[in-house]
Amino acid sequence: MRARPLFLPSALALGLTFLYAPILLLVLFSFNESRLVTVWGGFSLKWYGALFRNEQMLEAALVSLRIATTSATLATVLGTLAALILVRFGRFRGRLLFTGMITAPLVMPEVITGLSLLLLFVSLETTLGWPSGRGVDTIIIAHTTFCTAYVAVVVQSRLGGLDRSVEEAAMDLGARPLKAFLVITLPMLAPALVSGWLLSFTLSLDDLVIASFVAGPASTTLPMVVFSSVRLGVTPEINALATLLVLVATVTILVAAAVLWRQERGQR
Amino acid sequence: MTTGSDTRARAERLWARAGGGDGGPRLTRLQRLAARFGRGAVIGVPYLWLLLFFLLPFLIVLKISFAEFRIGVPPYTPLLEWLEGGYLQIRLALGNYLFLGQDPLYISAYLSSLKVAAVSTLIALFIGYPMAYAIARASPSWRAVFLLLVILPFWTSFLIRVYAWIGILKNNGLINNALMALGLIDDPLPLLNTEISLYVGIVYSYLPFMVLPLYATLEKMDVSLIEAAADLGCRPLRVFLTVTLPLSMPGIVAGSMLVFIPAVGEFVIPDLLGGADTLMIGKVLWSEFFTNRDWPVASAVAIAMLVLLVIPIVIFQHYQQRQAERAEET
Repeated sequence: MRARPLFLPSALALGLTFLYAPILLLVLFSFNESRLVTVWGGFSLKWYGALFRNEQMLEAALVSLRIATTSATLATVLGTLAALILVRFGRFRGRLLFTGMITAPLVMPEVITGLSLLLLFVSLETTLGWPSGRGVDTIIIAHTTFCTAYVAVVVQSRLGGLDRSVEEAAMDLGARPLKAFLVITLPMLAPALVSGWLLSFTLSLDDLVIASFVAGPASTTLPMVVFSSVRLGVTPEINALATLLVLVATVTILVAAAVLWRQERGQR
Repeated sequence: MTTGSDTRARAERLWARAGGGDGGPRLTRLQRLAARFGRGAVIGVPYLWLLLFFLLPFLIVLKISFAEFRIGVPPYTPLLEWLEGGYLQIRLALGNYLFLGQDPLYISAYLSSLKVAAVSTLIALFIGYPMAYAIARASPSWRAVFLLLVILPFWTSFLIRVYAWIGILKNNGLINNALMALGLIDDPLPLLNTEISLYVGIVYSYLPFMVLPLYATLEKMDVSLIEAAADLGCRPLRVFLTVTLPLSMPGIVAGSMLVFIPAVGEFVIPDLLGGADTLMIGKVLWSEFFTNRDWPVASAVAIAMLVLLVIPIVIFQHYQQRQAERAEET
């Protein structure tokens, strides 16, 4: 028994170091004067300047933000409906297929999802004439589809733990199911909806493989630009971009966590 | 007034404030019909979306895997063709699958993908289990902090986290520079574009997926069982092997599937961190599609990969469903 209290904390500390050391090094070297990514040449912000002058990168970032906002919103709507169906609707014809289609995208290798959606879009175009060509719209559809699965899982766990009596009281008092849902259930689900949206936004912003398959010539996303420049070699500009992304993610998560924590405490 | 009617009065007031009607459950037949229609519509929207954009695409991949490559738009031959005189011709080309079976490149790519994914899953389990256990045994406030720390990397770009390792592992990277400065080595160790960097990349990227389900089962576990075993004179290692490990099996299975399945088809990590001779099926599919532009063979590769992954995916789904049912019960 004596070895254990030391073993567990040190395993955790090592694990967290493993997770964070590379990210911290990226941030550190984004302020490096030297072009060499691994030799310290003094403090400098010049790579941030270079990043903001890189028009290809900025343009791609705008495309990515547009795609991420739209698909996160669509996925939150669809995913919430899906969670509602799974938790509240009991049995219906085709339920097994539905649960399968909801959970499979969570683990499906991205190359398969990307290829299959591309072939769908091509087949639809040749038979129906829609979508004409591929671009932002097809990426939005692809991202919405796999983000829906993540939203469904997040909302499902919150919905499962929800107290139904308030909703039932409203319905006893004559609220129709739709109204009870909008006035009572939806506000109680808000934290799950927010985290589902944020998760979808992040996943969409980050996706390289699926977007590469379904993108058109005019819809280069940020990960595609990053990937092609990383393939050519390591540049400190990417470090600067990484630092900004890490900063945004950290601030968002901390704010979301603080808000949720306060809300939970307020409820008690 | 009793407390019961108090609650009811309060609920009534709340309901009125929310803009609700004044009276009890008076559903007309029309309303009931509308409710049934509404239920159908709620099910229908996500159902149709998933049928159209998740299931149908796989059927199309299956179809095109039986087509033949041709130069044109679309770059594959049709399976069904109306011939003169109203004959319908169906042509299933099995050539793509025979090609996969005969070319040793594909078989070894499949085998090495399975090996890389399995080894990475095991390493992630060995690193992730003690982490999850430590978090589950921490005090509640520390637990929240540690969980946040495990989840946070997941929210930063996957591509950039893979990129971070290039700077660390390359020949004039941090590890080699440090070792040479210490005088431990004279020439840089080849770390990048080897099996080592491939495993490091996969384990690093997927570790949070292993820790979270493990934590979920370990946190719910009844500690008194462990204490009871220890009180009865069981040694710590034996307690772990006979009590803790079997009880945490659902978490182990879920975490392993969440790492193993995507790792089999991984493209970015083998491309950026793996060597030129790293054969992984995701990379093969990518180059078949983007470099050779052979859509039928790429489709056959995808179908063959799916066949390999069917069993792990079914296990994962089974687990997910059980989790969801348990969530409903509580």
